[in-house]
Amino acid sequence: MTDVPLTAAPDIDESRRKFLTVAAGGVAAFGAVVAAIPFVESWEPSERARALGAPVLLDISKLEPGQMITTVWRKQVIYVVGRAQPLVDKLARNDGDLKDKDSRNSIQPKYAQNEMRSLRADVLVLIGICTHLGCLPKTFFDPGDPVLGASWPGGFRCPCHGSRFDLAGRVFNGSPAPTNLSVPPYSFQDQHTLVIGLDGAPAKGAA
Amino acid sequence: MRKFAIVLLALCGLPFAALAAEPEAAGDAAKPVKWEEWQAGNSIEDTASLQRGARNFMNYCNGCHALKYVRYQRMADDLKIPTDVLSRDLVAPGSNALSYITTSLPAADAVNWFGKVPPDLSLITRSKSPDYVYRLFKTFYIDPASATGTNNLAYPGVAMPAVLSDLCGVNQAVFRQDGDQKVFDHFVSTVPGTLTAAQCDQFVRDTVNFLDYVGEPTQIERRTIGIWVVLFLILLTWLTWLLKNEYWKDVH
Amino acid sequence: MVHEAAYKPGFWGWLNRRLPVDVFLRSQLTGYYAPKNFNFWYFFGSLALLILVMQLLTGIFLAMFYKVGENTAFDSVEFIMREVDFGWLLRYLHSTGASAFFLVIYLHMLRGIMYGSYKTPRELLWLFGMIIYLALMAEAFMGYVLPWGNMSFWAATVIINLFGAIPVIGPGVVEWIRGDYGIADATLNRFFSLHVVALPLLLLLLVTLHLVALHEVGSNNPDGVEIKEKKNAQGIPLDGIPFHPYYTVKDIFGSAAFLTLFAIVVFFIPTFADLFLEKANFEPANPLSTPDPISPSWYFTPYYAILRSFPDKSTGAVFMLIAVSAFFFLPWLDRSPVKSIRYRGWIYKTFFAFFVVSFLGLMYLGLQPAQGIYVALSRICCVPYFLFFILMPFYTRWDPVKPVPERVTAHA
Repeated sequence: MTDVPLTAAPDIDESRRKFLTVAAGGVAAFGAVVAAIPFVESWEPSERARALGAPVLLDISKLEPGQMITTVWRKQVIYVVGRAQPLVDKLARNDGDLKDKDSRNSIQPKYAQNEMRSLRADVLVLIGICTHLGCLPKTFFDPGDPVLGASWPGGFRCPCHGSRFDLAGRVFNGSPAPTNLSVPPYSFQDQHTLVIGLDGAPAKGAA
Repeated sequence: MRKFAIVLLALCGLPFAALAAEPEAAGDAAKPVKWEEWQAGNSIEDTASLQRGARNFMNYCNGCHALKYVRYQRMADDLKIPTDVLSRDLVAPGSNALSYITTSLPAADAVNWFGKVPPDLSLITRSKSPDYVYRLFKTFYIDPASATGTNNLAYPGVAMPAVLSDLCGVNQAVFRQDGDQKVFDHFVSTVPGTLTAAQCDQFVRDTVNFLDYVGEPTQIERRTIGIWVVLFLILLTWLTWLLKNEYWKDVH
Repeated sequence: MVHEAAYKPGFWGWLNRRLPVDVFLRSQLTGYYAPKNFNFWYFFGSLALLILVMQLLTGIFLAMFYKVGENTAFDSVEFIMREVDFGWLLRYLHSTGASAFFLVIYLHMLRGIMYGSYKTPRELLWLFGMIIYLALMAEAFMGYVLPWGNMSFWAATVIINLFGAIPVIGPGVVEWIRGDYGIADATLNRFFSLHVVALPLLLLLLVTLHLVALHEVGSNNPDGVEIKEKKNAQGIPLDGIPFHPYYTVKDIFGSAAFLTLFAIVVFFIPTFADLFLEKANFEPANPLSTPDPISPSWYFTPYYAILRSFPDKSTGAVFMLIAVSAFFFLPWLDRSPVKSIRYRGWIYKTFFAFFVVSFLGLMYLGLQPAQGIYVALSRICCVPYFLFFILMPFYTRWDPVKPVPERVTAHA
């Protein structure tokens, strides 16, 4: 028996030790990362959340111009607004007063990045949450509203801090809100059925 | 010392050997002599069978039994059932593809008609076994003494009627004396069903297969991932073994 | 106190002037000497720690989705199994981990008995370990109730009813534990809190104390030779090797091998022939229908078999208590001058072998219905079990021991 049990093995191969340490360590590290995946993934919305967050079908056959239907999709309030064509035509007049007239900084699907911020002129679909701090804007659809002044073209005003948005949901200068009201993905299954949460709903025969 | 340890380890195998030779729980006097012949023998991997089983369930079982943990859409995704077939043939009226599978039988009526609410079947193959469900389907026989007119060898006194009798026919059970016990001998078909015996058997196996899937929908995913995980761990074990040996060369 | 690492430049020096990291690493890892002759039986301590960490991690994540409450618990477990991404994996890791924990702990305890690791100066180490064992049993019992399956309900009913055997205050204690007139929502809720918060904290504390006590006296080894008695000029035990890198690298290998077997179970046989996840627990709790047959999880069944061996409930409960607590007294029951079974005589080895076989036998019998030959065999197995402890002060003195070597040996 030697004095100490450890003496370097005569044929010790330092580089083999290093190689094996790196190899085993690397494989173990890879394994640890992969093992983390189920834990991280478990936080993703569950199937129940995905089901509850499924697209919402809305019948808009009774939607009149100047009227708004409120619904919920994925826990967010959705405003569905009927718009008269003359008001849509006048939207361009607001351009000089808007923070983001081309919606470059705002959130909307490609098909809603236009002057009227919608697929169809007669229906406006917005996420009814003020982009400042999350309150629900109130509707002021009539032009020349007594509260907002004779030059008010019609739109929304947020009661919390006074942000104002036009009838395309675009934010006016002087508002605390930085961007236009967001537009969710949506499409039309047919003339009277709006599908909120789904781009390009398959066209369906008349119900 | 080593031999001692080996003997001890071998003794540890006893419980498992005993489990394999587990006697059937004591039950009714009249039961099939050889339960081993009545095995579900199902394969979850057989998607076509699962699809047929889903159809069978909706047509013959869903009238009374729910699958409250299963969503239609999830079942369609796992079983590769097209959306239009799902909506047209499988989803019950009043539900949509994302609903859980409920039954339209009101609980109060069920208690009136059957004496109890038909149990939810989401976990039947896990709380019993696929073999048990197979045997339940296959061992109905005429019994004038029972409320439903039928009885069952796997579940004596079951409140469920023989729902497959139009497909699989009606059987009479023949018993024989074995000492002081009445023991099941064989079935005699009294009224034939619309399916042949082989078709009926396939019908039942498909349904049991479907219920096995329903019991644990993630089982295929589990085994697939498992192969990769175990292979990876074998590699890691080998590498760490080499590493250990390399360092332990120092130790005398 | 200032240590040399405090003078190092950069972050390491900054850290070590404020926290004794380097001192800790040196004293507990690179400068902590363990006997060089550890064999297979010495893997189970580190494996127990690995499993503890895994149970904590999977338990934390399960608690994010589990909904405690008699009307929601069972459904929430199925929600986890089916609708949470990889929820099934979290569940199976946790359920398999519980059984793996007990397998590892039983082997760890067996090692302690075999090599006399409970003998002076390691009595406190052994006692901490035994308290951990009790806490673990409580943790596992309460965890099993949480899914609120039918076996959860009835296992809770039967086990808590045992406390009714306490004279005078028994029935009151039972009602106090339950918080209701039968196992109910109140019971479930308090078990949830204890299982998720209180007992894990207690276990962490106890494991820390266990490790501190171990490092204070140093490990035993398969020869039962005290390596600290023979040191070289530098004060290093001649038969010792630094824990790091030798045992770190060995335990990493052991962990990989264990995880391989563990993964095979988790991914391919998670119910493990009805032993890890019982069939009856896939039905919701039903106060009107007891599962037939009924048995606790396999890791409790040795004591359950002892309990059922006695027709009188109180006697059974008392003997069951003695069966568990007997382990606490081992350091003082064992009068042998020798630690390790390698140097004990045939008398001890006979008692030991019978003890192990009867423990395994009781484990098997506890899983069977309480009928006929199973009860008779349980009663028979009780004898060598209790005699192992009761007669130990005597047979360990009479046992013809062999001479213990001066230095450790490699093999038996």
